[in-house]
Formats: sequence, C-alpha cells, structure tokens
Amino acid sequence: MNILSLFVAIPILMIASLFLSKGIKQIRAIMVIGASALLILAATLVVLFIKERAASPDAEMLFTSSISWFAPLHIAYSVGVDGISVAMIALASMIVFTGVFSSWNMSMAKEYFLWYCLLSLGVFGFFISIDLFTMFMFYEIALIPMYLLIGLWGTGKKEYSAMKLTLMLMGGSAFLLVGIIGIYYTSGHTSMNLLDIANHLHIPYEHQCWIFPVTFLGFGVLGALFPFHTWSPDGHASAPTAVSMLHAGVLMKLGGYGCFRVAIYLMPEAAHELGWIFLILTGISVVYGAFSAVVQTDLKYINAYSSVSHCGLVLFAILMLNQTAMTGAVLQMLSHGLMTALFFALIGLIYGRTHTRDIREMGGLMKIMPFASVCYVLAGLASLGLPGLSGFVAEMTIFVGSFQNNDTFHRVLTIIACCSIVITAVYILRTVGKILYGPVQDEHHLHLTDAAWYERVSAVGLIVVIAAIGMYPSGVSDLISKSVVPIIEKLANI
Amino acid sequence: MEYSLFILIVPFFLFLVLGLLGMKMKPKAAGIIGTAGMGLCAICASAVAYQYFFQTGMVGEEWQHLVPVNFEWLRFTESLHIDLGILLDPISVMMLVVITTVSLMVHIYSLGYMHGETGFQRYYALLSLFSFSMLGLVVATNIFQMYIFWELVGVSSYSLIGFYYTKPSAVAASKKAFIVTRFADLGFLIGILLLSFYTKTFDFGLLTADNAGLVTTSMAGGTFMGLSIATWALALIFMGGAGKSAMFPLHIWLPDAMEGPTPVSALIHAATMVVAGVFLVARLFPVYFFAAPDVLTLIAYVGTFTALFAAIIAITQTDIKRVLAFSTISQIAYMMVALGVSDYGGHDGLGYMASMFHLVTHAFFKALLFLGAGSVIHAVHSNEMSQMGNLRRYMPVTNITFAIACLAIAGIWPFSGFFSKDEILAAAFHSNPLIFWTLWAIAGLTAFYMWRLYYCIFWNSNKEYNEHHKPHESPLTMAVPLIILAIFSIFSGFIPFAGFISSDNVPFHTHIDLTVASLSIGAGVAGIAAATVLYLKKSDWTAEIAQSLGGLYRAALHKFYLDEIWMWVTQSVVFRYICIPIAWFDRHIIDGAMNGLAWATHRSAGSVKGLQSGQVQFYAWVFVAGSILIAVLVLFF
Amino acid sequence: MIRLEYYLIISTLMFFIGIFGFITRKNMIAILISLELVLNAVEINFAAFNRFLYPNQLEGMFFTLFGIAITAAETAVALAIIINAYRSIGNININNINKMKN
Repeated sequence: MNILSLFVAIPILMIASLFLSKGIKQIRAIMVIGASALLILAATLVVLFIKERAASPDAEMLFTSSISWFAPLHIAYSVGVDGISVAMIALASMIVFTGVFSSWNMSMAKEYFLWYCLLSLGVFGFFISIDLFTMFMFYEIALIPMYLLIGLWGTGKKEYSAMKLTLMLMGGSAFLLVGIIGIYYTSGHTSMNLLDIANHLHIPYEHQCWIFPVTFLGFGVLGALFPFHTWSPDGHASAPTAVSMLHAGVLMKLGGYGCFRVAIYLMPEAAHELGWIFLILTGISVVYGAFSAVVQTDLKYINAYSSVSHCGLVLFAILMLNQTAMTGAVLQMLSHGLMTALFFALIGLIYGRTHTRDIREMGGLMKIMPFASVCYVLAGLASLGLPGLSGFVAEMTIFVGSFQNNDTFHRVLTIIACCSIVITAVYILRTVGKILYGPVQDEHHLHLTDAAWYERVSAVGLIVVIAAIGMYPSGVSDLISKSVVPIIEKLANI
Repeated sequence: MEYSLFILIVPFFLFLVLGLLGMKMKPKAAGIIGTAGMGLCAICASAVAYQYFFQTGMVGEEWQHLVPVNFEWLRFTESLHIDLGILLDPISVMMLVVITTVSLMVHIYSLGYMHGETGFQRYYALLSLFSFSMLGLVVATNIFQMYIFWELVGVSSYSLIGFYYTKPSAVAASKKAFIVTRFADLGFLIGILLLSFYTKTFDFGLLTADNAGLVTTSMAGGTFMGLSIATWALALIFMGGAGKSAMFPLHIWLPDAMEGPTPVSALIHAATMVVAGVFLVARLFPVYFFAAPDVLTLIAYVGTFTALFAAIIAITQTDIKRVLAFSTISQIAYMMVALGVSDYGGHDGLGYMASMFHLVTHAFFKALLFLGAGSVIHAVHSNEMSQMGNLRRYMPVTNITFAIACLAIAGIWPFSGFFSKDEILAAAFHSNPLIFWTLWAIAGLTAFYMWRLYYCIFWNSNKEYNEHHKPHESPLTMAVPLIILAIFSIFSGFIPFAGFISSDNVPFHTHIDLTVASLSIGAGVAGIAAATVLYLKKSDWTAEIAQSLGGLYRAALHKFYLDEIWMWVTQSVVFRYICIPIAWFDRHIIDGAMNGLAWATHRSAGSVKGLQSGQVQFYAWVFVAGSILIAVLVLFF
Repeated sequence: MIRLEYYLIISTLMFFIGIFGFITRKNMIAILISLELVLNAVEINFAAFNRFLYPNQLEGMFFTLFGIAITAAETAVALAIIINAYRSIGNININNINKMKN
C-alpha cells in the first residue's frame, strides 16, 4: 500500500476500533496509539520524502498513485505529495496528536473521538489528494464533523456558532464546487488530476478570469479571508479545546493550501492579473484582524482575531507570487498552526480551571499555575514574532519575499502588513499582562492546580516543534522552497 | 579565534540550564552557576580582545574585520540570506569587553542584591538570556542578525523590567518598553527591507565596503516625497536605534523601565542595551556618511535636543533611579550627537571615536551609579530622595564610589568622563557652534543634577534613622563590584582610544584641545558648585527657585507631559478611534451582513412556506389550475 | 348510433364535477366519491375511444377493467384510512387531517 494511503487508513482503523471499544481507558488507548502512529508515520514520511527527493529531483510530486473510482468523469483517488503537503501533513499529525491529550477528559468520549477521527481523516485526505474531486470530497468530510463537535461538545452559543460556521464554510464550498466543475470542463473534461491539468492542459484565460476568483473565494472563506472571516471568532469561541486546536491549527490551513494548490497553481495567468483584488482584501485582513484583537476581552476571541490576522498573512504571501513569499506563506501556515494550537490548548486548560475566559476576571495566574503561564508567554512570544521561535522565521520570510516585488503597490502593501507586528505585540502583551501578571484577581483561583501530565504533553510537544523551527529554519524552509519552484516557473512563463 | 563562539554559547547554555532546571536548584547554586558562567565569558572576551588588539587585529596600519564564524541560517533568495556569525572589529571587540565586564559585575552584585527574592533562578536565567542576546547583537555580521538579537534583547529587557510581575506598575512598564521599542523596530525592519531590496545584501561588510559604494550606487536616483531612498531607509533604521536608545520622542519607556530590579537597570538600561542604537549607527557609519549625510545631521539635532531635554527633566526628578534614567537618556544622546557631527577618516572622524569612547566610559560610571543607587535603595528601602540624606555616615563604600562616578559623569579631570566628553565637545566644536554650546550647557547641567543627587542622598540633612531601619553598608558581594567599577571609572579615560577605534579603522592621534577642555571643566565645576551651594545643606532656596520658574518647573517635573501625550495618542486615538470602531464594525457590519443574509434566507423561507399548507384540496386546486393554464398556453401559443 | 361526442361530453362533465367535488367538499367520504367520479370519467373515455378508434382491439376495455379493479382497491384503502382518521380525531373533515405536516 502506498504510504500516503496509510494516513487515511489509520483514522479508519481508529474509527472501527472505537466502535468496538468499551470504557474510557480503551478509548484513550486507541486514540493515543492511533495518534502516535500518525505522528510516527508523518516523521517517516518526512525522512522518506527527503531521501526520495534527493533521488528524483525533477519529479513534481512523489509517492504518486492513482485508482480510478468514477471513470466517466475521470474521478480518481490520486495521491501524491510535495514538500508543502509533507509539511502540512506533519503539522496535522502533530496537532491531532496533541489534540488527543487536550481532550483527555471529554464527556461522551466515544462519540467525540469518532467524529474527531473522521475530522482527521478528512484533513489528511485533503493534503494527500491531487485529484480535484477527491480533494473536495475530503474537504467536505472534514467540515461535517466540525458541526457536530462544536454543536454538541461546545460551550456558550454553540448551536448558533456551529450553524454559522458550517453554513459559511458550506457557502464557500459551493463556490468551490462551481470552480472545480469549471476547471474540469474548461480544461477539456479529460482529467481531474491536478498535475495533468497543470502540465498538459490549459484553461483559457477568459475562463480563468471567473474560475480563479470563485475558487480563491471558496478556499479563502476557510482561510478567514476578509470579509468572510466572521465564522472564525464565534466558531473558535464555542468549540471545545481540541476542536479549536484542529480547526485553527489545521482546518484553516486547508484554505491557504487550497488557494495555493488549486487557485494559483492551475490558473497562474488569472492569479497574476486579478491577484491584486484579493491582495487588498488580505492586506485588510492582516491589519484589521490585529486591530480587532486589541479590544477583545474573551481569550478565544483574541486568538481568533489573531488567527484572522495571521492567516491573512498566509494568503497575502501566497498572492505575492514569488518564491520567497510563498515559502514564507507555508512557513506561516506551519508556525501559525502550531502556535494557535498551543494557545487553544492553554486557553482550554485555563478555562477548565477558572471557568472564565474573560481577561478582566483573571490575573496573576503566573503565581498559581507557573507551567501553563510560561507556556502561554512562549506562545505569545511566538505569535508576536520573537526570533528563535517559528513566528519570526515565517513573518520575516514573508516580508522579505513580498518586498522583492518590483512594483510600488506590492511594496506599500508589505509595509502596511509589517505594521501588524506592532499591533500583535500590543494585544499579546495586553493579554499576558492582564491574565498572567499582576495581583491575583479572584481568590477562588488561588487553589487551582497547574497543568496535569497529559496537558503538559501537548504543550511541551508543541513548544519543542515551535522552537525547533525557530532555531533551525533552513531545514523546513529548503523543503518548502524547492516545492514552490514549479508554481513559480509556471508564473514566469506567462 | 573560533573560540570567540564560546562567548555566545556559554550564556545561551546557561539560559537553557537555568531556565529549564533552575526551579530544581537551590537559588544560591543557580546564582553561582550563572555568575561563574559569566566570569568564563568575561575571560573569553578579554582573551579575544587581547588577541585582536595586540596580535591579529592590525594588518598594515588598519584594523581588520575578522569573521571567525559564519554560517547560513535562513536563505530567502539567491542573494539574500540571514547568516549567523561573529564579526570582530574594533567596536565589536570593545563592546564584548564592556558587556561581559558590566554583566559580570551585575551578576556578582545581584547575588547580594537579589538575595532571598522569589524567582532568583529565573532572574539569573533571564540575565543570561540578555547577555547572550546583547553579545549576539554586537558581533552580528549582518543587519538581519542584528535585528534578530535586537528583538531578543528587547524581550529579555521586557521580562526583566517585569520581573516583579505581581506589581501592576512593573507590568505596565514592561509592556510600555516592549511596545514602544517594537514600534521603533518596525521602522528598523522597513529600513532593512528597503536597504536590502536595493543592495541585495544584509552583510555589514558588503554594505560598508568602499565607502558604502554598494549603497550609493544601487540606491542612486530613487526618490520618495522629495528625499532619496537611501535617506528614507537610513532614517528608518535610525528610528529603530532611536527607540532602543531612548531618543526623543521615543524615550518614554526608559524612565518607566526603572521598575525593574536595580542591577537590571544598571546592565540593560544604562550600560548595554540602550547603547544598541548608538552601536547600530556606528556600525553603519560609512553608509550614513556617504549615502545619507542628511540623516546624520538629523541624528545630531535629535541627539542635541534629547540631551538637553532629558538633562532639564533630570534636575527636577526626586526618584533617584529616574534621575539616573534621564541622565542616561541625556548621555546616550551625547553619543548620538558625536556620531551625528562626525566626519569620516583620520582625525576628522573624531566624533565617531569620541562616541564609542563615551560609550565605554559611560557604561562603567553609569553602571556604577546604578549599582550605587541600588545599594542605597537596599539600605533605605525607598527610591525617593526625601527618604534619604546623611547616608555618608552609614555607607562609606557606596558614598565614595558614588562620588567617583559623579565626578566622572561631571567630566572632571582625571576621571574617565572628562576624556570622552571632551572629545565629543571637541568634535562638536569643529562642526557646529549651536550644537557645541548646547552640549557645553548640558555638561554643566549634568554636573549640577548629578551632584544634586549625590548631596541629597549622602549629605543634605542630619537625618537620623530609627533603630529598626538603620541603613547599613551593603554586603561584600555588592561592595566589590562597586569598587571594581569605580576603578574602571577612574582609569578608563586614559586608554588611548584613537589608537584602537576610528571611523575608517586607521589609528590616529588625538590631543587635548585646551580651549574645549577648559570650557568643559569650567562647566562641570560650575555645575558642581551650584549643586553644592543649593544642596549640601538643606536650604529653602531650592523651593524658591522652583517657585520662581513656575510653569517651566512643573512641566519638567511632569517630564513635559510627554507620557500624557503618548497616553492620549495610544488610548484615545488608537484605541478609541481605531480599535473599538473596527471591532464594532466587525461585529455589527461584517458579521451583521452575514447574520442579515441568514435572516433574509430565513424570512423568505418563512414567506414561501405558507404554500405548503398541508391542505390536499388546495394542492389539487393549484394542480388543476396549473394544468388548465398549461393546456391553454399549449393550445393558444 | 350514439356519437363519440356524447360520451366525451358526459365524461368531461363527470370529470369536472369530480374535480369540483374533490376541491370543495370537506367530508372525506364525499371527496372519495368525487375521486371515483374522476376515475370513472377516465374509464368512460377509455372505453369510448377504444370503441370508436380501434374497434378491433380490446386494450382500452382491458384498461377500463383494470382501472375498476384499482379503484376498488383504492377505495378499500381509503376507507380504511378514513376510518382510522375518524377513530383518532373523531370526525372526517379533511381540514383537520394535517397532523402529518405539523
């Protein structure tokens, strides 16, 4: 079996064994074993990929295989990875792994983890597919469990948020479906395979002009593109911890990845001509999200708006259409995924103890739970781009890359996007200062316990990866930047 | 000289060990490990300095740029990549020595000063992090490495200012320091982006080579809003430097930063980190001089203004650490002015040399002043001058070392401050009379407010302290660093600095210009005399003078209301008129539109749903009517 | 000989009377009867057209017989439903049978 198919097979196996399991102990065992298997598999994939890449430097995608499952429409289960998908798969497996530990004490654990596995199945499937339809199918698979996970296990206005999130994302995927059908027919309805379409077929420019915006918008909704980002704050605020982690950490990356892989890769001419419209929108996202985060008082809202800002930066960098910026975009996806997951894990931890997420009702937590607080500070520092942690690497690659564009429009936008680093510092420090430092606000908080072992596993795991990327970025950066080359070549040939 | 890498590795390793395992150690063990590590670092740095200055550094009458270590850390494009490495040249080696020495002194001093504090291990871990970042900053081989460590010193400064994190004022001060410098760093970053876009390199060597030929040629011709691109880029980079070095109007964070523990103020906010801006300008001096001389002029004027401004405020402050903070701002501005008025090459580059010289002497005497102040605070448990006085009877060592530092900063021969300040004044004298006379006046003011401080702490009244809180001399761990720094403060002026450091790396000779020297000593002596008259004994004249100055005095006491202005800008303008409307807009307009869409769908569904009444007869009626309609349409059209 | 038109007129009348009854009557039995009228009208048409257009073939007649059988079956089912409806709601007014919708 192709190694990539294992990423789909393991969640299926996990689902099957969850059906058979009895008792919380067994469920936890299954989840830990399964998630560790995914993590190990992802690590193996990285190693194998680097080896294989050295052996065949020209192949665009590696480990490809294809099984036709609906021949009349040329729909096939085609898989294959390049450096970007490998990075994304590694990220996803990391977050799935830590997410398991963050949902250690869930009620209705069996059902919860069933949906959780299905969600991971969709995510992994999306990243390994190179067939448009299969990709879309996995995308939809990932969306549906989200609704149930938020609607059933969430907090606060959970039904409203779950419905809003699902409807907006479904709206996005409606655009997407139109786009995919458009791509299929205008490219001569002979293949759904991304590589085939990109390398052997051609979508006429006049069709690109409508398919590109539609596809970009479809994925952009998931990537929290202004003004279609409002599902994100409500959704994150209501979701249970691990779901927020997976959602902000991985699912939002599906948007960026899709924009990159489908919208820009298949329609470079339109991206070049029409990119500026979306560039303005993403530029707004970056600054606007940051400004909005400054006044929020709910920890999860702060983070959600911060995600809007950071994910905006991803799309922003993708649209800059040069190698450095695109590498930066993928780095930013990685970095943002890890640090938001860390944030949400810690917020879940704090909320589980204090039963409030309002920053005005907390204070001095550093004294009460030093471990969690130090992790929170580290997450904050990663978010505001401290060198040595992953955020800095990603942001600087994006800024330097974006600034290499020759025209003033792109450079001015880059400078505007740069301003977000100051605003990020403001809201991060404001939050940290309010909840962790200062005197203890609520006497009941004095008796709270610090992180339990399973919470430590997830926090430490994420911090180690964040620091590793931050200290030794060239490994990841090389992996990614080589995979960006095919797209850059296509853009250069316009 | 690959072993220079140890200077960086040791503190980083210490940071990891103390940060991760510190809580498992006894506080004392953590302190001693930290101090010993720093000692090792200082020895390494001295060895490097010895080897550089006396063995390998000079080749053919010119100081070399040595790069013993350099590796690629992150590649952006073909030509742009961040390297991490070590660049040894006169100024970086000099900084290595200064930083490790002061840092070692502070480490030793903190053993006594911080004794018994909670978070002692954390304190040493953060000190190590700071030392690592600061050392990394000065040996940076390229501007991006400098930016990396620049951010790291920022964050270690943030953590140390907020060391007493349960105190709201400390938290606010740390936040302010970080955000203000971050804002300045934004300028720095954009400056780097602009510079690297045109020159396609980050490397200091390439940027400064051949009289900054690369910069002048690659950026030639471009203008933006009437100024050349080079001017913009370098002015923005200076903005970063101005933020770190607390130049007007970005100085507001430094006085508040005094919320941190006093040894931290001595290390970070007096001797090392705050001179990073000066160091940055010095590092890029050829680029400034050849590509954007306008910016150097700007630097000179900003520096002059800041120096004067801070000196005036320093006179009125009553918190001893704040007096020292404003004095620091003023002295750093002095260094900036020296760079601003300097020419390039040989004796013309006197200002450059003077600036670096003053940086070194200032590091020693200002660290000494802060540590002395710390010793006083340790004894009387207060920062306020009114709680002090007559302390000379109780704290002889502190008294004498403090007096030495005050003489040094006042510029009295033969203390170190005299030499460096004299060179700065000489450089200004040859460049611009307005700047010279302002600096001269500031020299007088400096002497005055420092001696006012000294008298108010150690003389002034015959105050008796009650038995329980009788001030006492500090323990040996605190006294020894004071004495060592006092020795440095006396003698470091005799270093023939021009032989080591010059703008074009070619040694030259300086001589004392008697006119300038006598003017500067005159100003210093006048300042001291005025302070002696007013403050040696408690007198009513001070209040009368303050009274007669009226508004000016009140404005200076309130730091010319700049904090309030900034507060107004950030709170009212940014927060109230940008952030809140945006958040409102998001919740109500954008999200409202989405909810509106959902509402519209809901409503239209509601109005259509009446058709599905469940009345079969109604369906039949519609069916029949429809059939007839279709039949009629088919038949007649 | 009776002309085709007469058959058609009578069946049209029956059909529309049935439709009218179906739409206007509230009693379910009456609706059922109206429905029978509609079906019988159709059957008359079948028989008549068969007789006049294809006198040698019998498909129309068979279809009529088939229709009569279906009508009987349908009436049986409908009556069963009506009786059940009566049992559960106490009357057989069509307007009251909207539980399935609500």
